[in-house]
Amino acid sequence: MKVYADNAATTKISKVALDAMMPCFQEFYGNPSSLHSVGQDAFHKVRDARNIVAECINADPNDVYFSSGGSESDNWAIKGAAYLMAKKGKKHIISSKFEHHAVLHTLNALEKDGFEITLLDVYENGLVKVEDVKNAIREDTALVTIMYANNEIGTVQPIREIGAVCREKGVLFHTDAVQAVGHIPVDVKADNIDMLSLSGHKFHGPKGVGALYCKKGIRLPNLIEGGAQERNRRAGTENVPAIVGMAAALKDACDNMEENTKKLISMREQLIDGILKVERSRINGDREHRLPGNVSVCFEGVEGESLLLYLDLMGISASSGSACTSGSLDPSHVLLSIGLPHEVAHGSLRLSLCEENTPEEMEYIIEQIPPIINRLRDMSPLWEKIVKEGNN
Amino acid sequence: MEYSEKVMEHFVNPHNVGKLDDADGIGEVGNAKCGDIMKMYLKIENEIITDVKFNTYGCASAIATSSIATDMIKGQPLSEALKLTNKAVVEALDGLPAVKIHCSVLAEQAIKAAVKDYYDKNGIEYDAEMFKFEEHHH
Repeated sequence: MKVYADNAATTKISKVALDAMMPCFQEFYGNPSSLHSVGQDAFHKVRDARNIVAECINADPNDVYFSSGGSESDNWAIKGAAYLMAKKGKKHIISSKFEHHAVLHTLNALEKDGFEITLLDVYENGLVKVEDVKNAIREDTALVTIMYANNEIGTVQPIREIGAVCREKGVLFHTDAVQAVGHIPVDVKADNIDMLSLSGHKFHGPKGVGALYCKKGIRLPNLIEGGAQERNRRAGTENVPAIVGMAAALKDACDNMEENTKKLISMREQLIDGILKVERSRINGDREHRLPGNVSVCFEGVEGESLLLYLDLMGISASSGSACTSGSLDPSHVLLSIGLPHEVAHGSLRLSLCEENTPEEMEYIIEQIPPIINRLRDMSPLWEKIVKEGNN
Repeated sequence: MEYSEKVMEHFVNPHNVGKLDDADGIGEVGNAKCGDIMKMYLKIENEIITDVKFNTYGCASAIATSSIATDMIKGQPLSEALKLTNKAVVEALDGLPAVKIHCSVLAEQAIKAAVKDYYDKNGIEYDAEMFKFEEHHH
């Protein structure tokens, strides 16, 4: 059996999205900036896509700017807001310890450039406390940026409440909603969001395309200069097929969200219940305030990369936040931020589902995990120590 | 990052996994915090390694390097085993990704630690310089 359970990394493009894209390559291939009718046809495609994306997050279409993806949108919003507010003498930014690197590395760069950064704790349940945001806001706070849902452990943050605090204090609020949009209801107006990043390939759209929502009146400086595209805010000839595909995928995801969520939560709970039967395993982050398709667990005494490669041999695609898979020598900053010791964080496994997965696939995963864990523990000197200590 | 076929071969079917209850030398290196621990068990007769087993907690390359390193020293005189370098282990695996080189260093150190344990237990004199290696930290 082949099971793709790494949908938080990327998704398969949906038929709806692909069908919407195909005519854009050879029929609507014009440059949207051209005045002739071939160009105008393409322009209309982009306009329609903007309307769809805006509707899906309850935004004004004029506030939606297409970009190359989540990372660009994060960079644009955060750097833009920082330099905009610095002109008013505000050089303090609040974020959290478990943001995506697109946010954290951008903040690192700003820190080197003289900005002061406060990174809030996220606690064992993987949630930012609204009180903490409130208490961290100062006279010189330029921006608060907190992710909508975490990419590794799937915890969904109290965004609406954080947004309300920022509104009350008159501080700009950005959210990296790459894992949330298309998966849970996101409403920029009700959620008090000033800026929001989203990415096409996380909800069955194409890769290399995303959007930034930026509320009217926030004069973000440009990140990419060079042309009049995106109402002079983001240069570069529009990636028409990708923009159209993203919009179609997002509409499909939002139209079917209720049904998909029900199905996903049922599979998620089935999977969590099955996996937690493994001795010395644990779920990471709050079980309830969690993306419908996210399962993040740790197994003591095993290392995540080995686990994930043995699962791959059984046809299961998953991911891990172990050091060996993060490309660094430390395990994921997300798992450390919720207080996991290094040796536990090394044994992490993330399974991220989509509506195309089935309960039978969940059963298959639940069957495959224990023998792999046993095999790895049998040869693990760390497990030997854990068992010995447990017996004492 | 990509593993060679050889690495995958040794990861999927590692050789010499297990423990030796009557081991003459046991060496353990690495630590849980860093995500890899290697433990080597040696059976030694007349200065020859007659049997070797390992237990490893770690990633695919940690398991693969343990497997191939134990193959490389099995049946060898101690003097030869002590000459095994991490570079030779990497070459035998047809290469390791740059971020995984430390796994091969661990394998070399685990063997040396096991030999040292044997020398210590049997009161055999040795050149301490030979067993000087930096603690495994990140």
